Amino acid sequence: MPQLDLQPARALARLLADRFGDKFLGLREDREEITYWVDSSVWADAAGFLKFETDFSVLEDLNAVDYPERNPRFDLAIICLSMKDHSWVRLKTMLAEDQPADTLERVWPGAQWYEREMWDLFGIPFQGNSDLRRLLLPADYQGHPLRKDYPVTGPPQSAYR
Amino acid sequence: MSQTMITGDIVSRFTQEQLDQNGYTVMNMGPQHPSTHGVLRLVLTLDGERVVDCVPDIGFLHTGIEKTAEVKTYNQALTLTDRMDYLAPLSNNLGYSLAVEKLLGVNIPERVSHIRVMLAELQRISSHMVWLGTSGLDAGAMSMFLYCFQDRERVLDLFENISGVRMMTSFIMPGGLMADLTEGFLDKVKEFLDYFEPHIEMYHGLLTGNSIWLNRTKKVGVLSAEQAKDYLCTGPVARASGVDWDIRRDFPYAAYADYDFKVPVLTEGDSFARYMVRMAELDESVKIVRQCLTKISPSGVYRTDDRKVVAPPKWEIARSMESLIHHFKLFTEGYAPTPGEVFQRVESPRGELAFHITSDGSNRPYRMHVRTPSFPHVQVMPVILQGHLLADVVVVLASVDFVLGDVDR
Repeated sequence: MPQLDLQPARALARLLADRFGDKFLGLREDREEITYWVDSSVWADAAGFLKFETDFSVLEDLNAVDYPERNPRFDLAIICLSMKDHSWVRLKTMLAEDQPADTLERVWPGAQWYEREMWDLFGIPFQGNSDLRRLLLPADYQGHPLRKDYPVTGPPQSAYR
Repeated sequence: MSQTMITGDIVSRFTQEQLDQNGYTVMNMGPQHPSTHGVLRLVLTLDGERVVDCVPDIGFLHTGIEKTAEVKTYNQALTLTDRMDYLAPLSNNLGYSLAVEKLLGVNIPERVSHIRVMLAELQRISSHMVWLGTSGLDAGAMSMFLYCFQDRERVLDLFENISGVRMMTSFIMPGGLMADLTEGFLDKVKEFLDYFEPHIEMYHGLLTGNSIWLNRTKKVGVLSAEQAKDYLCTGPVARASGVDWDIRRDFPYAAYADYDFKVPVLTEGDSFARYMVRMAELDESVKIVRQCLTKISPSGVYRTDDRKVVAPPKWEIARSMESLIHHFKLFTEGYAPTPGEVFQRVESPRGELAFHITSDGSNRPYRMHVRTPSFPHVQVMPVILQGHLLADVVVVLASVDFVLGDVDR
């Protein structure tokens, strides 16, 4: 397998470090995938930086992972794509429970539903999202099922258990 | 129709006062409407017959696949992926398998990659046949539906031939394929292509020059390239709006780098452009499958020989203790990739399908997130439908071609 060239990734990491100082937490390479970590306070700014000042201008995905034993509890990730040079990066941040993340809706309008989904399933509030309602589950649903402490068999009050 | 009769929180974005003042009507389309192609509910605010606002309501098919995958071993979770985009299960299998293989760092034999390409393209043909048939039906061209489903049936027969199942095949699995190709399968594929290729011409004859079809689709549901990018649209929807992007060409996976095909791109962004892009894709898929036929040997290796990932053949288990242990370990525990995460995208018939799998070093995915192509395509509906006639809603929905199982997961 060809080795991944880390030069462009390091250059982008320098740009991020110049811009965000110690709020940029570093770069990680794993299985030929580049992940940049930033502090949650610059989450939307870093995403805006990727879109408007680099080639990584297309959002592909927004994802969260729950680590209940860890503090901060959640990982929040976006995948940004550069259609120009056919590469992509992952931008990640950590969020404590109930800590709101800044919305990316102003950067990519399409992030709106992805954030609603994460609010629905993980209970991550997104500050500034124009319409933060439940998306997949009914409006009166209790709990956030993709959290690790939510039983796979359904809510405790469910009649179908 | 008043707002209050709609239960839950989903209503028009307008207040009752505004509705009354402007004489707007709130109308519920779906979830049981045949043209929503599944169970999608659209809350339409209408000014006469014009759509002023549209609020999509999804989640009727939410089955918690991402949550369920967390308690299944990697091999078991494969069967869940079939059920997301139920019109293109093999594309889902392919995306999932590639993601798990990337997580494990397994190399796949070349023949397997070529077979995967062939199956993915046959799946594209069958999926596009459902799209073409149903969108024709929605616009009143009933015969399209009958012809297209006949052709789709032939593809499903091919899948049945190799896997024993018509739809939820799970045939592509991490580490290779479930089984080798059956005897004479490649001849059957060739037979199908010879049968199918003239049909594309026939469909063009039935619809492309049809003045009713042109009136219904041209300049209807226009999406600009900027909007397509901002709303994460991919696949034929984005390509019809002038976004020249195809994962098969731009991030080649499986064996796509070895194939010669064009990526059809149009710039109009209307329903007709989406139709033409998909029709051109049918031609390209046939071309790719024909190339596959020259590259695939009728029988041969169909799995990786990494015993930690796929079970050894039966004859080996009877003779070797080590193989027996491998077999036992695989079917009781499965395999455990090292901690980390992967993001693997494939071009499904509907657009970009990506699996984002996080491993914590155990034998089950710690988190499996699926970036499905249909999800953003439903989100963009209010943008496309703004100002359209109610009758056009049906055509636009059909031209975007989403699958609700894919949206809700």
